[in-house]
Amino acid sequence: MTRRLKGGLLAAASLTFAGCAPANGDVQSAGDKPAPAAKPVKFDKDPYPSTYRPYPGRVTAVRNVTIFDGEGGRIENGTILLVNGKVERIGGPDTPIPVDDVAVYDGTGKFVTPGIIDIHSHLGDYPSPGVEAHSDGNEATSPTTPEVWSEHSVWPQDPGFSRALANGGVTALQVLPGSANLMGGRSITLKNVPARTVQGMKFPGAPYGLKMACGENPKRVYGGKGRAPSTRMGNFAVNRQTWAKAAAHKKKMEEGKAERDFAMETLAGVLSGEILVHNHCYRADEMALVIDMSKEFGYKVSTFHHAVESYKIADLLAKEGICSAMWADWWGFKMEAYDSVPENVPLVHNAGACTIVHSDDANQIQRLNQEAAKALVAGRRMGLAISDEQAWTWLSWNPAKALGIADRTGSLKPGKMADVVLWNGHPFSAYTRPEKVWVDGALLYDANDPRRRPVSDFELGQPGEGDVK
Amino acid sequence: MGPRLRGGTGMVRAGIGGALVAALAFASPAHAQDVAIVNAKLVIGDGSAPVEGGTVVVRGGKVVAAGAGVAVPAGVERVDAGGRWVTPGLVAAFSRVGLVEVDAVRGTNDRSAAQSRFSAGLDIAPALNPMGSPVAVNRAAGITRAIVAPGASGNLFAGQGAVVDLADDNDMVTRPRALQFVSFGEEGSAKAGGSRAATFLLFREQLLAARSYARNPATLAEWGRDALIQRADAEALVRVIDGTTPLFVRVDRAADILNVLKLKGEFPALKLVLVGATEGWLVARDIAAARVPVLVSPLTDLPGNFEQLGSTQSNAGRLKAAGVDVSVGVFDDDDAHKMGYATQYAGNLVALTRVPGASGLSWDQAFAALTSAPARAVGMEASIGSLRPGRAGDVVIWDNDPLELGSRPTAIWIDGKAQSLTTRQDRLRDRYANPQEGALPKAYDR
Repeated sequence: MTRRLKGGLLAAASLTFAGCAPANGDVQSAGDKPAPAAKPVKFDKDPYPSTYRPYPGRVTAVRNVTIFDGEGGRIENGTILLVNGKVERIGGPDTPIPVDDVAVYDGTGKFVTPGIIDIHSHLGDYPSPGVEAHSDGNEATSPTTPEVWSEHSVWPQDPGFSRALANGGVTALQVLPGSANLMGGRSITLKNVPARTVQGMKFPGAPYGLKMACGENPKRVYGGKGRAPSTRMGNFAVNRQTWAKAAAHKKKMEEGKAERDFAMETLAGVLSGEILVHNHCYRADEMALVIDMSKEFGYKVSTFHHAVESYKIADLLAKEGICSAMWADWWGFKMEAYDSVPENVPLVHNAGACTIVHSDDANQIQRLNQEAAKALVAGRRMGLAISDEQAWTWLSWNPAKALGIADRTGSLKPGKMADVVLWNGHPFSAYTRPEKVWVDGALLYDANDPRRRPVSDFELGQPGEGDVK
Repeated sequence: MGPRLRGGTGMVRAGIGGALVAALAFASPAHAQDVAIVNAKLVIGDGSAPVEGGTVVVRGGKVVAAGAGVAVPAGVERVDAGGRWVTPGLVAAFSRVGLVEVDAVRGTNDRSAAQSRFSAGLDIAPALNPMGSPVAVNRAAGITRAIVAPGASGNLFAGQGAVVDLADDNDMVTRPRALQFVSFGEEGSAKAGGSRAATFLLFREQLLAARSYARNPATLAEWGRDALIQRADAEALVRVIDGTTPLFVRVDRAADILNVLKLKGEFPALKLVLVGATEGWLVARDIAAARVPVLVSPLTDLPGNFEQLGSTQSNAGRLKAAGVDVSVGVFDDDDAHKMGYATQYAGNLVALTRVPGASGLSWDQAFAALTSAPARAVGMEASIGSLRPGRAGDVVIWDNDPLELGSRPTAIWIDGKAQSLTTRQDRLRDRYANPQEGALPKAYDR
């Protein structure tokens, strides 16, 4: 059940938390009480900084194409123009495009969408091949390990990144620690670009996340070792004690009296709103308890991940402004996944709550558009009126908001990153595949050009190197 | 929206046409009915193209005629499909449906018997639960039959699987002991003692022991506690050696596939079926020459381990092009709950025909890989897996192209009996269509 452990972290990031983490600086209380006498501890909050720079791209236009803008808008017979790695213009057939040195593609019968953003992935920290030596996603030695950072486990040569790009049109993803622990550690948001180092993939300025997990996994893992937590009430007891400690540490940090403590610094970052909580949680009743716990200690859940019972409390989730990241139809693999329904995703949408389709899986990340389509059809079958272009918000705009990067990507608005997919048909059809994928305007996959097909170091010289996959 | 959500006569999904609802409302799920489905976009399931305006006639639980211009006999109930897709029920090519309710709840999970002292002799039939919710959920996705194999035992051979139906009744066994299952490669090595050499030797020695047992049952008693197999195992393996029981072999690495094919040199009557064959495309001509069918989990495209380095979604298409009989299954992810993914996966194989350099399947080939091909692999093509005359009356009316995303059956017959399409999931959905509680708590809403 290793795979199931990977899944299931719920992270909640509030929109009010969205924003860049400062590159450097003092840890300051978000409170309104200045502490003029204290000298806050100084440390580098970004010691492993992103070295990602957009790859060179041509000025590119796609014309005569159906566009989902990602925010729920749709343009028929549309035009999109990409310049200097950004969306320059988007509009109808009259949208002007330059005449010189521009790559122009005819999109007749095709679709353009924002690149898909997977808010829940373990690419890199549970890479392929899934040998024991690569099992780097769960620091399952203590129920709370907020001190670990998933970026320190990510193997950039995981062939899964290229599959997600070429078959899935995924241009950004959040790589989380697994769900063995109540507090599994920091997550990291990546641009889906091949790189020699994880720093070369890090989404510049994206906030960190904290992976938390409720339910069966932590109590099974630690109960099985004869230690706490072994029950759901144990889960909460350990969490609450840890949050209380974090609140005290945060106060000390503000007073300049704190020693370096990587675990507490992560939790203090959550309490000050800089780090977004992504909380694996299946059952509705547990989500409601987590919401109260977050209020008890003054943090906000960005997103409940897996969230198979969100449909039971969709009204509460809408009221609290918490996203649900969900599969279309996974069910039955464990007790807390028993009440899954295929209409979960559209029911959450219908209630006005933030709705996200996620993968938690190296295979399903290659067809999140198809998973969204299945959920959409299930919703329509029960009478929910949701348009295709609204449903696309589940795949890019909503996850971007939940990750705190929606000001830069997730929709096709002028000035935003040119993270774009050209599909060879309707992206909610099983018969459709990505034809081209741009990341910051650079063409990194082209179905018509085998040289635009990334091959990881691991696959070089192996059977099937450079094959269609 | 309310009335539609409450819909469901127990026979049909909410929201289908009134004429069909009326027709089915009189059908008793308990008895086979004679029924003719007319005005269908009819798929026979044998790889032929769909027929517009087709008719399928089921009498006495079996298909008696299907095609265009088929007359409806007098006295046979007529169901108008309204031009919708009508197909044979899907055959899950390799699954654990009926063996598992909740994977992680041990008492409900009869997939494997790693602590058993028996192996090849294990027979899954008494472990099947036709009343479990996965049977209903998979049926509602259009699966009417399944090839069900056991997971690992404590020894090399896993045991005997069955062909089952997914009807809403108390007996799901269509053919017991329909196959024997064994894993080679890394999994087989772990069972056999640590290497592929140990796997092949143990395989051979167990078959030879079974052969000795068949010639003289007393030999097994002479071997006593040192016997490689138990009596029940020997009896099962005798049927493998003589080809009575097909031997399904999980194998992925190209080199392992070639060595498995060579087993027919010493045991020429073996009826091999390859399961997985992730690197099969690298040795497709050898597989085709050996006339061994292959069940693929078609979208596997990552080097999940070192025996899948060459994995590609083009495997199925390349095998088919080389002349291999390919079936599409769902067994590299959830093999008990999500058999309905088979249609999505098959649709993806059609998508590959539009990707430069990739190999896929035509729609007709892809649909046959879900129906007649798995039936053929398990030696039952004369009785299930298509709408050719004489086959079981397993018929599905779909609300859309069955290989498209989210398409669902609107009516299903198994052995000519109309089936319930309502699942526990539907009941939960309806209860929480509006999540807010009314005058009474949700527990009273049903």
